[in-house]
Amino acid sequence: MAVRERLSGNEAVAYAVKQINPDVMPAFPITPSTEIPQYVANYIANGEMDTEFIPVESEHSSMSAAVGASAAGARALTATSSCGLALMWEELYVAASNRLPLVLALVNRALSGPININADHSDSMGARDSGWIQIYAESNQEAYDNFLQAYPIAEHKDVMLPVMICQDGFITSHGVENILLEEDEKVRAFVGEREPEHYLLNPKEILAVGPYAVSSYYMETKRGQRQAMINARRVILEVAERFQEMTGREYRFFEAYRMEDAEYAVVLIGSAAGTCKAAIEQIRSTAGKKVGLVKIRVFRPFPEEEIAQALAHVKAVAILDRSEMFSATGGPLGAEVRAALYQAKSTAEAVNYLYGLGGRDITVEDFCRVYERLEQIGAEHRITDMYDYIGLRSR
Amino acid sequence: MISDRINENSPWQDITEGNKIFQAATSREFCTGEWRTSTPVWEREKCKQCLLCTPVCPDSSIPVQEKMRGDFDYDHCKGCGICAKVCPFGAISMKEGK
Repeated sequence: MAVRERLSGNEAVAYAVKQINPDVMPAFPITPSTEIPQYVANYIANGEMDTEFIPVESEHSSMSAAVGASAAGARALTATSSCGLALMWEELYVAASNRLPLVLALVNRALSGPININADHSDSMGARDSGWIQIYAESNQEAYDNFLQAYPIAEHKDVMLPVMICQDGFITSHGVENILLEEDEKVRAFVGEREPEHYLLNPKEILAVGPYAVSSYYMETKRGQRQAMINARRVILEVAERFQEMTGREYRFFEAYRMEDAEYAVVLIGSAAGTCKAAIEQIRSTAGKKVGLVKIRVFRPFPEEEIAQALAHVKAVAILDRSEMFSATGGPLGAEVRAALYQAKSTAEAVNYLYGLGGRDITVEDFCRVYERLEQIGAEHRITDMYDYIGLRSR
Repeated sequence: MISDRINENSPWQDITEGNKIFQAATSREFCTGEWRTSTPVWEREKCKQCLLCTPVCPDSSIPVQEKMRGDFDYDHCKGCGICAKVCPFGAISMKEGK
């Protein structure tokens, strides 16, 4: 029987780490992810797990040490946020191109500047091209569940890619909610042990990791990474299916919430989905309007066809981005979802709104206004707010 | 030779996962000497065999056998000129080009 508990998102991820008991965790503290290594260090000090914890001097070092440990054959992880992720930039790409199945618990926080400690997706969205699998959570339960699925995806022989398990800073990482925790034995059976095929600590095999690749090899290497991402699509769904058999909880690339008959849809990532769902229930029960939500769980690899299919029947869609990319148009999710709609020759009207930057709140009323606007756009087919903001003060 | 298995004509499917190399000392096959724009020339008669040049060579391109240095390994010498700077006897001079 699963255990009913009340935990924050950080506690939930740390608990998952304890249950998996990986080999090596180098970490450097940064708000709001600090609690994850802190709880893990407590578990280790109390003798509840025997992970090798390495207190390092920076995030550049924590990711470097995780890369080294993973190449050596260990199951490695670290945790960070915001500027901590930025300091790992070089090693993120190294981990992915060296095809190392390590896991990063990322607690999403706005990148400087201006310096800010609250939730948005500018840190992980900046790393979207690094070659990491990215999986996002709406709640502490999803952060826990996603973390349990991380190693089986990363270490699958057809994938061998690092995985970033993301949750929204403070909103999810510090908000305490009810949660169902699986039993230790079941978790360990589900995640299993890492059995590396090639690893540096194997005295029976000569091995060099991370060699220089001149222009005659770099492009072929990148094509290989892409193949791993393509394979990850299948493996993510297989692991989710196995997870559902264990827990009964269903995971796919995204959650299609009240989308069966939806005419107006929102697409977003992360904790704001809960607020959006409340708005959907309110609108459906009071006005009877057909509104729905596509909540992205897997952003890398990007489920292009599936998203287009989920939106095939809508009249208008608002894609909500929680990070800027300064193309002077919209945000990254907006660009990719609109590309997916274009490829599928969709006739849906689409707008791309920025919200929640640097922890700006988004409310049920905000979502109600978005759906009202979508209804108007669907009727008039005239868009005047292609790239707009939710909750921005303006003269 | 590793280049018999993976070389500049290999399709992407044949490149090992993460470019892992399952062989030692493969850098011998990579002729970095092609990068050279300036070439050290060893004058055997001026050389006292003090061997100051050997340990400072970043590319291990000054072979030593039986406590005596031999001529440069031009397949791997990048022409940095450190050996010429360190030689107290003027036995190494740098020549323009390969």
